[in-house]
Amino acid sequence: MQKSRVSGTPYIDNLVARRRKARLFRTLCAGVTWLGVVLLGLLLYQAGVDGIKWLDWQFLSSFPSRFPEKSGIKSALFGTLWLIALIAIISIPISVATALYLQEFSSKGRISRLIELNISNLAGVPSIVYGIIGLAIFVRGFQLERSLISGALTMSLLISPVIIIASREAIKSVPVNIRHAAYALGATRWQTSWSHVLPAAFPGILTGVILALSRAIGETAPLIMIGALTYVAFLPAGPMDAFTALPIQIFNWVSRPQQEFHELAAAAIIVLLAVLLVMNAAAIYIRHKSEQKLK
Amino acid sequence: MTSMTHPEQGSESKHISIAEPSILDLQNVTISYSGKAAVRNVSFPIAEHKITSIIGPSGCGKSTLLRALNRMNDFVDDVSLEGTISYLGENLYGKDIDPVTLRRRIGMVFQKPNPFPKSIYRNVSWGPQINGYKQPLDDLVEHSLVQAALWNEVKDRLHESALSLSGGQQQRLCIARALAMSPDILLMDEPCSALDPISTSHIEDLLFELKSQYTIVIVTHNMQQAARASDYTAFLEMGMLIEFGATKQMFTVPRQKRTEEYVTGRFG
Repeated sequence: MQKSRVSGTPYIDNLVARRRKARLFRTLCAGVTWLGVVLLGLLLYQAGVDGIKWLDWQFLSSFPSRFPEKSGIKSALFGTLWLIALIAIISIPISVATALYLQEFSSKGRISRLIELNISNLAGVPSIVYGIIGLAIFVRGFQLERSLISGALTMSLLISPVIIIASREAIKSVPVNIRHAAYALGATRWQTSWSHVLPAAFPGILTGVILALSRAIGETAPLIMIGALTYVAFLPAGPMDAFTALPIQIFNWVSRPQQEFHELAAAAIIVLLAVLLVMNAAAIYIRHKSEQKLK
Repeated sequence: MTSMTHPEQGSESKHISIAEPSILDLQNVTISYSGKAAVRNVSFPIAEHKITSIIGPSGCGKSTLLRALNRMNDFVDDVSLEGTISYLGENLYGKDIDPVTLRRRIGMVFQKPNPFPKSIYRNVSWGPQINGYKQPLDDLVEHSLVQAALWNEVKDRLHESALSLSGGQQQRLCIARALAMSPDILLMDEPCSALDPISTSHIEDLLFELKSQYTIVIVTHNMQQAARASDYTAFLEMGMLIEFGATKQMFTVPRQKRTEEYVTGRFG
């Protein structure tokens, strides 16, 4: 090893090759990113071209029919909106409470580690399996039949692990010194959690909730499994009614031979994406508002 | 005042008496993390309505000791405490002491200002509110902010976010928040270490003001601060109490050589 101060250091810096590697890696990453964007764009374009001419008020306000030109998604759209509302009401409180318990209250022993591990695994279970559970427990076991509530309960099982994991991460990232400040004022764990931890974790929890709900409204398999109907010519009046949902309607139309129905499916896909977009936009707006309040 | 002298450096373990009545009494306190002692066999009293400072080099256990006084160490896993800390004659770690009630009466100001991400008003009013304070909150908020010498700077923006304040203002807000609970004792963990000299002098002035009504225990790295602001000083090194006594005496005629070396800045 040499000791000269400028050129004789014991390093072989090889800067040219290192920089070339960095450029290569960067190009690769950018490439796959754009690949995803382009594919999504193509998909949207295809659905748009096929479906846009069917997309009118008649389409939104009619029940399905065997004549394509009279057919619409009224029942499916209402079914989906009902489902979203019921799933949100059921899964958000349960999941957030679970996350709060695991993160703030439970002792960090073997049992809670076991629960954590199981929740992570549940998040990866195929949705058809949840469909079978829903069929066995809610439809048959609790005699809830092929109702909205059966569907919503099944979907809640499916997405709760996702909300729990996201909420735990959000709760974990709330600075510990906020908690200490509250405890030092004679607050109980509950008061600290309710007044300080949950509000600070709210934006993160909301992100998890929206991702999970978005997944739920796109899911078809569990709903087919629990026997949601494919042809519904009435609007559900309450959670105990039979229903259909957008993905099921889309699935049904796509599986028909006529070209017109395929185009109807494309139009329904546009509506489904629009519902998703509205939900996400609302979430971003609420999150932005709550972050403003924290500043 | 103690008259003990030690031929060698080491812990003062015999009981130390002070002229004033003590509000807290530490007796042979040892605190361990996962079996490793951070504070060893420490005994000294804390005088009521006086300022006691705890000094010593980094990692000597002074913050750990301070956090034991309102049981904030309960939130750290694997901490154990031996010996007794008595608060007005009652064992702080006794079965019938509820740590939540205790922390209402022994408040704390932390090293880094940690206001809640809420309005200035809410920061002060939250503690009393959750503890069932029944009188008008407006008066209490004003009174506490006046006591913390912050009122004039924030009276026109009480409902703005506490995070819009400067670091020094935030720390005074944290003091106001603690004072709003009218605690018996105020524990301060290096309250000025994150602040500039002007903010620091604001807070030191504040300490003098508060002394008549509150007992203050302050952990500090700053020798001048300990010398200027406190009545009693405890000097810790490697978890052991090297010397405890009146601040004046400790800084002028320390009994231990180690204390002299530390307070004159020869190490630490």
